[in-house]
Amino acid sequence: MASLDPSDGRLKHSFEVAGRDFNGAGGASSRIKHILQQIGVDPNTVRRIAVASYEAEMNVVIHAHLGKITLDAGPDCVILQIEDQGPGIPDIDLAMKPGFSTASDEVREMGFGAGMGLPNMVECADELEIDSVPGTGTTVKLVFFNR
Amino acid sequence: MTMRYFHSVHLIESKCKGCVSCIKRCPTEAIRVRDGKANILEERCIDCGECVRTCPNNAKDVLADQLASMERFKHTVAVPAPALYGQFWEGIDPRKVLAALFTLGFDDVLDVAFAAHLAAEKLHHQIMRAKIRPVISSACPAVVRLIQVRFPNLIEHIAPVASPMRIAARLAREEISVKMGIDEADIGVFFITPCPAKVSAVNEPAGFADRCLDGAIPISAVFPMIQEALSRGNLPDKQPLRCGTRPGIGWARAGGENQSIAVEKHLAVDGIHNVIDILENVERGKLHDMQYIEAQACIGGCVGGVLTVENSFITRRRIRILASDETAQLPTHEEERLIRDGLSKPIYDFDQAIFPRPTLKLDEDMSQAIKKLAAIERMVENLPGLDCGSCGAPNCRALAEDVVRGLAAETDCVFKLRERVQLLAEELMQAALAVPGSMGAIRKGSEQNDTSTTDDGTKPEASK
Repeated sequence: MASLDPSDGRLKHSFEVAGRDFNGAGGASSRIKHILQQIGVDPNTVRRIAVASYEAEMNVVIHAHLGKITLDAGPDCVILQIEDQGPGIPDIDLAMKPGFSTASDEVREMGFGAGMGLPNMVECADELEIDSVPGTGTTVKLVFFNR
Repeated sequence: MTMRYFHSVHLIESKCKGCVSCIKRCPTEAIRVRDGKANILEERCIDCGECVRTCPNNAKDVLADQLASMERFKHTVAVPAPALYGQFWEGIDPRKVLAALFTLGFDDVLDVAFAAHLAAEKLHHQIMRAKIRPVISSACPAVVRLIQVRFPNLIEHIAPVASPMRIAARLAREEISVKMGIDEADIGVFFITPCPAKVSAVNEPAGFADRCLDGAIPISAVFPMIQEALSRGNLPDKQPLRCGTRPGIGWARAGGENQSIAVEKHLAVDGIHNVIDILENVERGKLHDMQYIEAQACIGGCVGGVLTVENSFITRRRIRILASDETAQLPTHEEERLIRDGLSKPIYDFDQAIFPRPTLKLDEDMSQAIKKLAAIERMVENLPGLDCGSCGAPNCRALAEDVVRGLAAETDCVFKLRERVQLLAEELMQAALAVPGSMGAIRKGSEQNDTSTTDDGTKPEASK
């Protein structure tokens, strides 16, 4: 876990996320929420980030081998970058469709993989960028403006 | 400026041994042992009573009213929590318990279980109309305070409806002042409470400007007298203003509230640490399709309150049996009308917003807060991470936060202190060895020992 570096007045912190670790799942997004409350990010923005970061973290847990969430927060905006080593997304447009999911039956039985991950992130974030290489991994960048 | 809040839970200093039992159980990390005493941080405490339950020395106490508080009023009313029915024996007739309350000196009795029935109807309507999902129950004041302190983002989910306790007090006041022509100021309404959170809610209600109730008397304080009256028999031939209904009595146990409200998608959670987990899930958006969440701080629901007497698993069963009693009396036509009227009565709706009481923010200025957070993270890396509590904070991270907030010192950590002592000891050693220049011969002699020679070239005597 990289340490905090406030040299430019922004907070930077990264969290490792282990694929298939359903027990620890949600831990990173809980920590992110706590940190944002500690530095005084507006409660509404915290709420949006809490939802989006949880969805992003679950995507890593469900689909990837390993991932990293990097938090970059400042007075104007909060940026989350989620990078994973995983199968990648062959068709991003399709993945953005509500209800589309490639999650296994086993994962769905656990109550995950409903195909709402990316659509929820789109709804919560002000900006979203996806970069994916099939067979290698996916990077999602989410930007939230403090309002 | 720190706001002052009413708190029913407090510390009896003389009994506190400064052990760390309570600080580890506190759900809001609101206790710190300082100078050997487990002090409560007022702005964080939610009066859930976990520390009262945990303390092995009974040093955490609940400030509540006693029966003597009745003397201030001309006309007094008891509004008992349905958990009271669970305290005696299986299959007890609730009417007998209500009758026994008169023997304590109350002029009237109105069963909160009746008000709970009314609240359930009102909540059903509220939930069906709600735009924000899930609606979270406002019946447990410890949960409401938890949301204010730790989940301010969820305040808009709280059902803006008066608790059964408050509805009961309202009904009693109306009936007595209208029917008997007694001045409102002369009426004293007392809740017979299973928990300290309700005591605080009586004194400082969330969502309402006025108190409406005049005090809260612990179930444990009235239990012996009621028990005695019940076993003595010949109970007073006085009628309570309202008796509880089956669904209303069910509110005393976890799940009973949801059962009486009867919406399709609901969830019930009990135990304050479990409630925290569920609220985390609500914040993540995971429960957005749920209509209602019944959340109670005590395991088992109100029957698990720390001011009750009987084991909560036993009382839970008793309440379940009472609430499913087919022979129990149904509400009268008049009572059904009261319940229907209640639906549109604004008096049962919150008359002021619930305000957030966030305690996490490290600094008003975000760049300062970021610096402080970085300092906390650095310190956490250096602390042993055993979360032993010996420093007086519940875990290493909490100590680091306290240090950065200027409320503690890093050497409050016994391991850090030991490191410091070790360093000091080494320095002392160095100092002991560092001898003034005029005594150089002695130093040389001691340092170089038998391998060196003295100034005159002869071998020094070997030390044995």
